[in-house]
Amino acid sequence: MSTCACPTQPATAAHRFQRVGAIIERHQRKPERLIPILQEVQEEYRYLPREVLSFVATALDLSPAKVFGVATFYAHFALEPKGRTVVRVCDGTACHVKDSMPIFDAIRGHLKLAAGQHTSADMEWTLEKVSCLGACGLAPVVVIGEQVHGQLAPGMVPALLDAVARPATGSAA
Amino acid sequence: MPTTATAASTITVDGRTVPIGQARNLLEVVRASGVDLPTFCYHSELSVHGACRLCVVDVKGRGVMASCSTPPEAGMEVVTRTEPLRRMRRTSVELLLAAHNPEGPSCDRAAACELQDVARKVGVERVRFKPMGRDLPLDRTSAAVHRDPSKCILCGDCVRMCAEVQGVSALDFAHRGAATTVQPAFGRGLGEVDCVGCGQCARVCPTAALIPAPEIEPAWKLLTAPSTTAVAQIAPAVRVAIGERFGLPAGAETTGRMVAALRRLGFAKVYDTTFTADLTVWEEGAEFVRRLRSSDEGPLPLMTSCCPAWVKWVEQFRPDALPNLSSCRSPQGMFGGLARRLLPKALGIEAKDLAVVSIMPCTAKKAEAAREELRSEGRREIDHVLTTEELARMIDGAGIRLGDLEPEPFDQPFGMKTGAGLLFGASGGVAEAVLRYADAVLGDGSRRDAVWEEVRGPGALRVATATIGGRTIRVGVVSGLRNAGQVLDDVKAGRLALDIIEVMACPGGCVNGAGQPRPARGAVDSRTAAIHRADRCEHRQNSADNEEVGKLYKNTLGEPGSHTSHELLHTTYRPRRRIDDLDLLLTAGEPGGKLLTTVCLGTSCHLRGSQGVLRGLLDAVDAKGWGAQVDVRATFCLEQCASGPNCKIGKEVLTATTVDKAVAEIGAQLAARPQG
Repeated sequence: MSTCACPTQPATAAHRFQRVGAIIERHQRKPERLIPILQEVQEEYRYLPREVLSFVATALDLSPAKVFGVATFYAHFALEPKGRTVVRVCDGTACHVKDSMPIFDAIRGHLKLAAGQHTSADMEWTLEKVSCLGACGLAPVVVIGEQVHGQLAPGMVPALLDAVARPATGSAA
Repeated sequence: MPTTATAASTITVDGRTVPIGQARNLLEVVRASGVDLPTFCYHSELSVHGACRLCVVDVKGRGVMASCSTPPEAGMEVVTRTEPLRRMRRTSVELLLAAHNPEGPSCDRAAACELQDVARKVGVERVRFKPMGRDLPLDRTSAAVHRDPSKCILCGDCVRMCAEVQGVSALDFAHRGAATTVQPAFGRGLGEVDCVGCGQCARVCPTAALIPAPEIEPAWKLLTAPSTTAVAQIAPAVRVAIGERFGLPAGAETTGRMVAALRRLGFAKVYDTTFTADLTVWEEGAEFVRRLRSSDEGPLPLMTSCCPAWVKWVEQFRPDALPNLSSCRSPQGMFGGLARRLLPKALGIEAKDLAVVSIMPCTAKKAEAAREELRSEGRREIDHVLTTEELARMIDGAGIRLGDLEPEPFDQPFGMKTGAGLLFGASGGVAEAVLRYADAVLGDGSRRDAVWEEVRGPGALRVATATIGGRTIRVGVVSGLRNAGQVLDDVKAGRLALDIIEVMACPGGCVNGAGQPRPARGAVDSRTAAIHRADRCEHRQNSADNEEVGKLYKNTLGEPGSHTSHELLHTTYRPRRRIDDLDLLLTAGEPGGKLLTTVCLGTSCHLRGSQGVLRGLLDAVDAKGWGAQVDVRATFCLEQCASGPNCKIGKEVLTATTVDKAVAEIGAQLAARPQG
């Protein structure tokens, strides 16, 4: 959801951290509210930075290892920064039998991601494999940003990705 | 629900009637009946986990259940051996073997591997599953404990030990499914997080996923280096446990044979850490009396500082209590100071050629010896620390049969000891030694050599009182760091009044240290009993009667608390951050030339309102338009916990920071900068 201009712009980073403090206060520093707190923190940062996790642990009087354990258990939480646009390739049963993996490979090739690399070096793209998007009738399915694309073939990938307008960089400040 | 011993409070195990008694779960009843079901994840002192599935039994009318997590109910009919149960146990172990990277004979736990042992017991002949072949990086960042995650079978024993007994939680499960691992936070090493080095995780680990940091190889190198004169010091708890590795019963008396073995390994002199334990009693006793007479000398309760895991725990988790820690080094540390000062001359060797090796029941002592406070003249005072288990391996490796050796005496003068010094090896022992000493020096002497039963036994907190100079002194004894934390909370809140607190991190004290041979059930109690027996067998039971300690004061130290004592026998502590190198970048000025401002959000500062300071500071940076010149960060510890909230601006550390104070400092530093 966050569409902030630049993650290193002074006010934004500071105010974002202040919002983390507010989130924790709103949940009354209750350790049992850890998961909702992490969800809201992730809304702010698009991922869970380690330093922020450590701060959350201190504020809730939990051990950092415990908080790290929760953050790594759920697929919803990301510990690495995600790119500006997230591409999710469905590899549920229906999509898998409809050859979703060649599509995944084609996207990876087009984005020049190495094996095991999910996010491009320029932080523009993150490629993920998901288990089911609930759109099996459209298999194979890929979601680019918020846009769902069905009945794809590997050859259609470059045009789709190129059509995603990249926001201009270095503006706003 | 108390019941009398009738049919109503029994169950049958394999057809035999067994009373439930005080058993907390079915596994305890089954084991009490004489059937020793194998387990990996069950430890009576920890919570029930129910993960290894080896304790499965068949309960009539209910089916197969994990006995560890089933409450016993009167009338249950339990069967432990059926063909399906045997198959289940075997399959479970096969799966664990497939998930575990076996190293075979070169494994640190090769001789005492529980996984191997259980595999044999449940009859695994071959592993039918494909090995997972995980090759995860080793973690050798800690001076106390090393990790090999590829050998982890995810039983969680270490996780629960660290959380439930030590209250630290340096380790926890991370990730999920086949990717699950046990690890410190953020994939860091144990040496980079809040681990206190007690090693109890390694003590309960059934494989070699967690082991005491090995030092055998460098120790051999010292012993075989031609110009080096190596001396050893041996802690009290080692002598009552090492025999277990050579087929002797737990608690067997091996002191003289162990000394003989060390000489054969090449140690020129073999000394007793018990000597410096007696010395600790003199120094710490004097420190206590000074504090009792004047609060300028330091606050009460005085907390013992013999246990380095406890010391690190206070530094990380209760920095506000650091002034309560005795400034005395541990007996190991005192020996190091004395050895470097006195031995080169006494032995007629050059200072650089002296090597000092400790034999300790402990992993935290390894990390203690590496502390910067225990270095002098550019080197470690204690070169290496070997565990009891490591010494046993060296004795084995040298082909020495411990049982066949003629006992030999320790070398003097650091071999002279009293029973009181020996007591340091078990929980309550430091307190008992101090109580006897206080009674001899300041009391009526009626209990100067007596057994103080009040501080012995299994209770989580034991308290003894003594009358010194007309004042009643209350001495508390606690082991396990979680218990210790509770005691500190109670003292701070005024619920508990104590003048001295003895803390040992390991439950039951050093006899149960992580460097000891893996104890059979009941072995730790036998070791404690042996310590108590050894005290009675000594000629003297009071540290005040250690003549060599007296001579040491006369010839070298002066008197307890003297300048020389402070130099050689005392140390300093400091607040320590719990995780290295995790600062938060909050605002970023222009690269280069920006004024770095760091606000501490660690626990102590957090409680003192550091978040308000941070908020105010950020607002001020906005309001004054300092965004391009000032870089504000948050940190988790500036290691100045007693005087927070702390804030570092440029090179200045501000304590008791207010927003106004910080803003003024930033303004002054910016104004002082050259323009342009």
